[in-house]
Amino acid sequence: MTGLTFELLCMQLLTGIALGSIYALLALGLCLIFGMLNVVNFAHGAFFMVGAFMGVYFLGLTGNFWFSLILTPIVTGGLGLLTERFLVRPLYGRGIDYPLLLTFGLSYVLIEAMRVAFGIEGLPSVTPDSLKGSLDVGIGFFPKYRLFLIAATAMIILAVWFFIQKTKYGLIIKAGAADQEIVKVLGIDIAKVWLLVFGLGCAIAGLSGILASPTRSVNPEMGIPILAESFVVTVVGGMGSPVGAVVAGLLVGVVYSMTSLFFPDLSELSIFVLMAVVLLIRPQGLFGKAGAMG
Amino acid sequence: MKQKVTNQTRRKMLIGGAAAASTPLWMNIASAQSDTIKIGFPTPLTGPFSAEAQDQVKAAELAIKEFNDAGGFNGRKAELLVRDDKLNPGEAATRTLELIEKDKVNFVVGSLSAATQLSINAVCKERKVLFNSISQSDAINEAKDWSVYTFHEALNPTMTAGAVARYSIPRFGKKIVFLTADYAYGHEMVRAFERAGKEMGATTLADIRHPLGASDYSAFLPRIKALNPDILVLCNFGRDLVNAAKQCTDFGLKSSMKIVTPVLLYTSRLAGGPEAFEGIIGGTSYYWGLEDRIPTAKAFNDAFRKMYNGSVPSDYGALGYAGVKSVLASIKAAKSTETMKVVTAMENLKYDWYKGPEYYRKCDHQAVQTVIIVESKSKNMKDKYDVFNILTIEPTTEKNMRSCAELGHKA
Repeated sequence: MTGLTFELLCMQLLTGIALGSIYALLALGLCLIFGMLNVVNFAHGAFFMVGAFMGVYFLGLTGNFWFSLILTPIVTGGLGLLTERFLVRPLYGRGIDYPLLLTFGLSYVLIEAMRVAFGIEGLPSVTPDSLKGSLDVGIGFFPKYRLFLIAATAMIILAVWFFIQKTKYGLIIKAGAADQEIVKVLGIDIAKVWLLVFGLGCAIAGLSGILASPTRSVNPEMGIPILAESFVVTVVGGMGSPVGAVVAGLLVGVVYSMTSLFFPDLSELSIFVLMAVVLLIRPQGLFGKAGAMG
Repeated sequence: MKQKVTNQTRRKMLIGGAAAASTPLWMNIASAQSDTIKIGFPTPLTGPFSAEAQDQVKAAELAIKEFNDAGGFNGRKAELLVRDDKLNPGEAATRTLELIEKDKVNFVVGSLSAATQLSINAVCKERKVLFNSISQSDAINEAKDWSVYTFHEALNPTMTAGAVARYSIPRFGKKIVFLTADYAYGHEMVRAFERAGKEMGATTLADIRHPLGASDYSAFLPRIKALNPDILVLCNFGRDLVNAAKQCTDFGLKSSMKIVTPVLLYTSRLAGGPEAFEGIIGGTSYYWGLEDRIPTAKAFNDAFRKMYNGSVPSDYGALGYAGVKSVLASIKAAKSTETMKVVTAMENLKYDWYKGPEYYRKCDHQAVQTVIIVESKSKNMKDKYDVFNILTIEPTTEKNMRSCAELGHKA
C-alpha cells in the first residue's frame, strides 16, 4: 500500500483502541455474569441496545448527556435485577443451556419492545456539544468523542476492578465464584450476591450502549452483531476472566482496525481468525482457566 | 444477514397482521368478485427496509384508490394484494408464485432489493405475468434477466450514480475514493460512478470495500483521510449509509473532501439526523419538495397527505404509486387486462404521475426519467419533513443510460 506513514499507523491503532473499548466494556459485563452465575447472557446485546435507546431518549428529555449517562445504567441495571430475580433464578441448577435459551428469548422481547416504543427505524443519536469536533493528538486530528470514550471506558473498568478487588462486596463475589458452598456456610445470602452481579453486568451493558450511541445509529437490531463480537472477545480472553475480557476487547479492536487498513474486505473475518488462532494455541483463552465451561 | 432472518419470523405476525387487516383481502374473499383487477405486491414489510416498504404499500394503495374513485376500468375495480417477501429472494419467489397461482393476480408490482426483484422477475417471466419493478437494479434490464413482461419503474445505479458523478466531479474535483458495501448493489454503484467519471477524466484512488452491515466504519477512515481525495463516494445503503455518514462527520472528513452518495434516501436521512448528513449530496428518484416546481408532484403529495394524516411520501413510496398507476393506466389505454395488450400499451405510455414526464424505453422497458440531486440540510428547516435542498434535476435522456446493445438487446 502506498502512502503508509507512521502517523497513519498510529491513527489506525488509536481507532482500534476506541473500537476495542466498547468491546472490552461489553465483554466485561458478560464475563462478570458468566464467571459468577455460570449464565451465558444472550440478552447482553439487547441490554446494550436498550441502553443506547434510553441514552438518546433521556438526552432528548433532559438535554444533559451526563445526566443520561447516570440514569441509563440505573434503568438497565434495574431491568437486569428484575430479569435475574424473576426469570433467571428459577433456572439455576438446570444446566447452562436453560438460562442461555431464556436470555436469547428475552433479547427478542427487548428488541420488539423498542420497536413498539420507538419505531423500526430507530432514533438519530446525538453527540454532546462539549465533545463535538476533533482534537489534535500529535499525529493528526481525532474525534473528541472517541477520546472521551477511551477515557470513560478506562475509568469504568478501573472502578469495577476496584469494586471487586478492594471492597468487602468484591471479596464476597470472588469467594462466591470460587466456592459458593463455603460462602453459604459463612452465612452470606448468595442469592443476593447473584442478583447484584447480574444487575451490575446489565448496568455495564447499558452504559456501553449509551457510550457507543453517539458513534453509530441507534436501532433495535444494533445489539445483535455486537453480541457476536463480544462473545468472540470473551472466548479470546478466556471465559469468566475479567482481565481477559478487557485485554481481548482491546486486542480485537486493534486487529479489526489494522486489518481494515490493509485488507478492508476481510476486516470482519479477522476477529474470527484471531479467535481460531488463540483457541488453537490456548484452548482456554488468553487468561482463562482450563475447563471454565464446567 | 443472519440476525435479520431470525428477527423476521416473529415480526411477520405483528406487521403482516396489520398489513393484512389494512388491505381489502377479507372483503375479497367474502364477495369473491372474479372481475376485480388484482395486482400482486410483494415487498419486504419486515426487515431492514421495512420503513420504505410500508411507504410503498401506502402510496400503492393511493394509486388503487384513485383508479377506483375514477370508476375503474369499465366498472371493474382494482385491488392490491400485499405480501411480505421478508427481503429474502426465496420467500419473494414463493409469495409471487402463490399470488399468481392461488390468488390469480393479473399483474405484479413491487419489491425492494436487487436480489428479490430478480427472483420475482424470474417467476413472472416464466409464468408470463407482467412485473413492474420498483426497486433499483442494473441487472434486471440486461438481456439475460429481462423478458418482455419485465418493466422497471425505478431508477437504476447507472442513472443515479452517473447523475451524481456528473454533478459532483466538475464541481469538487477528480480524485475519487469509494467506500463500498461489498455486495452486488454496492459494486454496481461504483461501476456506474466510474463509468460517468471516466468521461470527465476522474481517477479512482481507492475502492475500499467493507462487509455489508458493518456498524463501525471508523477503521476505514484514517486511510481515506490520508488518501486525501476530492470526493468520497459512499456506495452503501440504508443503515450502512447512516452509520458511515455519521462516522465520516465525526472524523472530520467533510473539512477536506466532499461526501456524495449515489442514493440518498429520505428515510435514511430521517434516521441519521441532520448533523450526520449535513452537506452530503446524493441522487434520488423523488423528493416531496419538488412540489414547488412540478404540479403533478404537488397533486401527488396533497393526495398522500389527505390519505395519511399530513405525512409526505418518500422516494420509494412514490415508486409504489407510479408502479401501480402505470399498470392501471395501461389497462385503460389497452381497453383490456390481457397481459400482452397491456405490455404494448405500457410500451407506448407517456406519463407524468408525480415527477414530470416519463416513458418506458422500448428495448428494455426501463423508465426514462429525471434524477434529482439533493443536498442534506441542517439549518433553516421548516419542519421534520424538510430535509433536502434540491440542487438540480438531471433531465430525462436515454444518453445517460446504457445502450440497448450494451444490455444485450437486439434492435
